[in-house]
Parts: sequence; structure tokens; C-alpha cells
Amino acid sequence: MAATECTRTGARSRTALALAASFAMVLCSAGPGLAQTATSPEQAAAEAAGAWAELKPDLFGDKELIEGTDTVAIDAPKRATDPAVVPVTLSFDPKMDVRKVTLVIDENPSPVAATFEFAQGADIRELSTRVRVNAYTDIHAVAETGDGKLYVTKAFVKAAGGCAAPAAKDPEVAAREMGKMKIRAFETDDPGMHEAQLMIRHPNNSGLQKDQVTLLYIPAHFITDLQVDKGGKTLFTMTGGISISEDPSFRFRYGASDAGPFHAKASDTDGKAFEKTFDGVES
Amino acid sequence: MSNRGWSFAAAMVVLAFAWVTPAAAAPDGGFVEIAPGVHVRHGAVAGTTSENHGAIANLGFIVGTRAVAMIDSGGSVADGEAALAAIRQVTDKPVEWLIDTHMHPDHVFGNQVFKAVGATILGHRRLPAALAARADFYKQSMREQLGPALDDAVTVTLPDDTVADERRIDLGGRTILVKAWETAHTDNDLTVYDEATRTLFAGDLLFMEHCPVVDGSILGWLAQLPALTAIPAERVVPGHGPVSAPWPEALEPQARYLETLAADIRKAIAEGVPMAEAVPQAAASERDKWQLFDDYNPRNATAAYAELEWE
Repeated sequence: MAATECTRTGARSRTALALAASFAMVLCSAGPGLAQTATSPEQAAAEAAGAWAELKPDLFGDKELIEGTDTVAIDAPKRATDPAVVPVTLSFDPKMDVRKVTLVIDENPSPVAATFEFAQGADIRELSTRVRVNAYTDIHAVAETGDGKLYVTKAFVKAAGGCAAPAAKDPEVAAREMGKMKIRAFETDDPGMHEAQLMIRHPNNSGLQKDQVTLLYIPAHFITDLQVDKGGKTLFTMTGGISISEDPSFRFRYGASDAGPFHAKASDTDGKAFEKTFDGVES
Repeated sequence: MSNRGWSFAAAMVVLAFAWVTPAAAAPDGGFVEIAPGVHVRHGAVAGTTSENHGAIANLGFIVGTRAVAMIDSGGSVADGEAALAAIRQVTDKPVEWLIDTHMHPDHVFGNQVFKAVGATILGHRRLPAALAARADFYKQSMREQLGPALDDAVTVTLPDDTVADERRIDLGGRTILVKAWETAHTDNDLTVYDEATRTLFAGDLLFMEHCPVVDGSILGWLAQLPALTAIPAERVVPGHGPVSAPWPEALEPQARYLETLAADIRKAIAEGVPMAEAVPQAAASERDKWQLFDDYNPRNATAAYAELEWE
């Protein structure tokens, strides 16, 4: 079953299966499916806390993760309206010179959703993307500052079924449109700050859906690397995983110069590369 | 009316004499005869529970002089079995066809019941891939809603035959027209039109009372409303809502909802409002007009935002 496949270790699979069974919602007219069982969201959250205890040393070794600062903040919905498209916004304390941030969705099969590296001088203040959320889960953001220190914060999201839920509502369109890119620029209330959104058409398949005819899992196919430049200088790069939603979107607020065109370059698990220079942008 | 039309009419007189009385007197399984030889079971406007065993979609069957066509198989094996028992109260003719209007569990989880009695399951050309990709997910998700016993009984059963465009099916004395649509409610929507009684089974291309659900393309759905409206039906059976409603007036509330949702989301996108802020405000003016609005509108708004920002 997908729920079992969605877990990292055998020990956790029972928990994940129970969570999925308790809270999964069907993307259809078959009802909201919010019937509560013996497992309350609070109990589920308590069980979910175990995932971070295992993940933290795997991802960050024995380095201290500093809690309780404003270095990085997460804004995510308490309850996701669609587990396949959950908007998450990270914001950064401008005094802290954040150079790298790792977004971790604890209960997802592949918990590291993305790692973003910010170029020196890019002055990224805010970064939003959309993710799949496979179970009631904590989302952690770990920011690394220029001095190598790590700062952590977390948010709890109620959502289920995001990874196993089929990505493409219309796979034929997804295949036809793959690789298209679009940039939008937005007005900001601060003349020193700029805001833009990069969108990439891509199915970003999770690899967790089984084809009932062949009984094989549909291969994962997702954007692994992305670089966004402005006026010839890099703003940020990303290495991504299966938790980024179909048609990846990145909206970012930055203090670097907005002179010159945007340039985006992405590559996926099939080795396809997508690259575009945006001479004009939509607003 | 053409010669063929008159022969349908004549057949309907025969059908009416033969079957209206028993069906009307004993609406078994909740089926009512809304037109001669056209029987519909009202689905509860609710989520699936073990108590309602998934009987939340409208189901129908059409009886010809030779054979029966079932339209959607219900939300569980129990729901499908109840529908088959209802057919048997009306006629012993073989159920030659089961037509799945789309992939959602409340419409296809009784498929195996009809396959077992020899029906050919017919779906949209994209139904096999869409249902296959979601089968594990649906089984798992429905487990909590139906309960393990009802869910375990279900073997997700794919169509035997598919329609890419249109297919006419002769049931003896009457012909039904099965039409495949472009992506709208889902990417695999079918409608069934009974020419003899001018009854349209819209599947979930039409929601009434129950908040519409966008699991395909809001743009596709809006774009096809004129073609839907042009179907020369007298009455429609929506996928959710009353068993029968006048056509095409029945489409108006849903058209208004979809247009409102699209307009609100387009405005938010144009103003640079991010998804997370746009979704809670979208289609707020429609809130008092639909049941289950808070269960489905936020998800529709999320899907609409993701789709419309690529316009």
C-alpha cells in the first residue's frame, strides 16, 4: 500500500498507516471524511514528534539547532485545503545573514522538501513555495547563517494524502506543458525591496502512485535543481525533492538590485534542463 | 419527429404499460421512475459514512426492450447490490452495460457487482489511467469513511471498454448516447443521453444543492458549459442533488458558482494576492447557496488558483 511505501522505516509504517487511514481525505465528491476516530490530532501530533528526533541527527549531525529566535519563521495553514498544494512561507530576520534554509516535512516519505542557498548580497527576506503534505505533520525550517550557526523553527499542519494523491489532475496537459516558465514581479511597500514569483510547469511526480494495471510504481519525476539569477547575479539556488507540489512556484522578496533580466535554470530527474531569460516580466 | 423518433415513442408506450406501474408502486432501493423506463436513486447530499454505505451519488438505470444500462455503480459493493436488486424488481432483462460517469469512488465502488452479472463496463478513454493511478489512494481514504468491512469488499474495477468521443448504444427500442467530455469536473467525465425521453444523465458535470467539486479544470468546465447547455434534453439527472430537474435551467446555479470562483481568483492573482490569502475569500458570496460549501470550496479555490495563474 502507498501508506506503507510512504514511510521511511518499518518501525514507523504502522503509525503512518494508522494516520493515513484516520485522516485521509478523498479528492472527490465522496465527502469530507473528517470522521474522528480514537486518534485525536493531538495524539497524532505527539506520535509525529518522534520523526524529528530521528531526522535531526541524520540531517544536521550533532550541531546545535538554536530555538526561540526570529531568524527564520514559518507561515503555513493549520489545516490544508488541498494536501497536494499547501502554501508555505519562510521569512528571515534581515539582521541575521541567512545563507541557507532547509525545509523539512517530518512525516513525508522523503522529508527534506527543499534546500535553498541564498547568494551573498541577495538579501532574501521571504520565500514561499507549495508542498505536498502526506500526514498530520510538523514542518521544520532550519536556517544557516553566514557564521555557520543553525536556527530552527516549526509549524504543525493538518493534511493527509498529499504524496499518494495523484499529482496531475490532467496528465496529458501536464506532459504537454512541461518546462514552461513564467516570472511575475509585484509592487512592494518598501522601495528597497523587490518581490517576484517564478513558476515552472512540471508534474513533479512523487513516485508513490501505483499503476493498477502494471502494479508498478509510476516513476518519480521531479525538479532536482534550480538557479535563479537577476542581472547576471545569482539570487538563490534550490535542490528539491518530491514534496514540492506539481507546477513548482517560488515567490521571493529580496533586497538585491533589481536591475537586469531574471534568468532561471532548472533540471529534473530525467536529466531534462529548462532555461529561460526573462527580458520583460509581468506584474 | 423522425421515423426513428416515432418508433421510440411507440416503444415508450409499450414500456410505460409494461413497467411504470410496478416501479411506481414499489420504488425498491429508493429508485423512482422519472420518465418511462428511466429510474433514478437519490444520493444523500452528504459525505460517505458506514451508515449510508456510500449511497451519496445519484444512480440510474435505463430499460430497453432487450437490455438494461446502469449509470454509475454506487459508493460501495452494498450500494451496487442494492441497485442491482432494484433493477430486478423492475425487469429480468440483462444488464448489458454499466456506464461509469467518472473516476470518483461514490460512482465506481460498486463496479464489480455489475461485472459479475456480465455487464460491460464503459468509461471515458482516460478513466482507466485516472482510476488506476488513484486506486490505492481511494481504497485507503474510503476505509475510514466506509469502515473496514465495506471498504475491504471493494475491488477497484476498471472499465472493459472506453469512449473517446461519442458512442450510441441500442438497448432495444431506445438508443442512448454516451459522450466523453474534455477535462472539467475530472479529466474523465461522461454524460449519457436517453433520446427517447430526452433525459440527460450529467454525472458530476452537474451539481445541484451539493457544492460543486473541481478535480479537473475550472477553465475546461466553464468552456464546455455552452456545449452542455445545447443538449436538447427536457430534464437532467445531476450527479448530486434532486433525481430530476428541468434542463437547461438546472445548470444556472453551478455556472454562477464556477464563474464567481474564477472571477474572484482571477482578481486576486491580478492584484498579486498570494494563494494562502486568496483562498479563504474566494466565492464567499456563494457560501449560503450550497450544502457542504466549507468542505469543498477551499479546495476548489486552491485548485482554481493553481490553474488560473497560468492563464
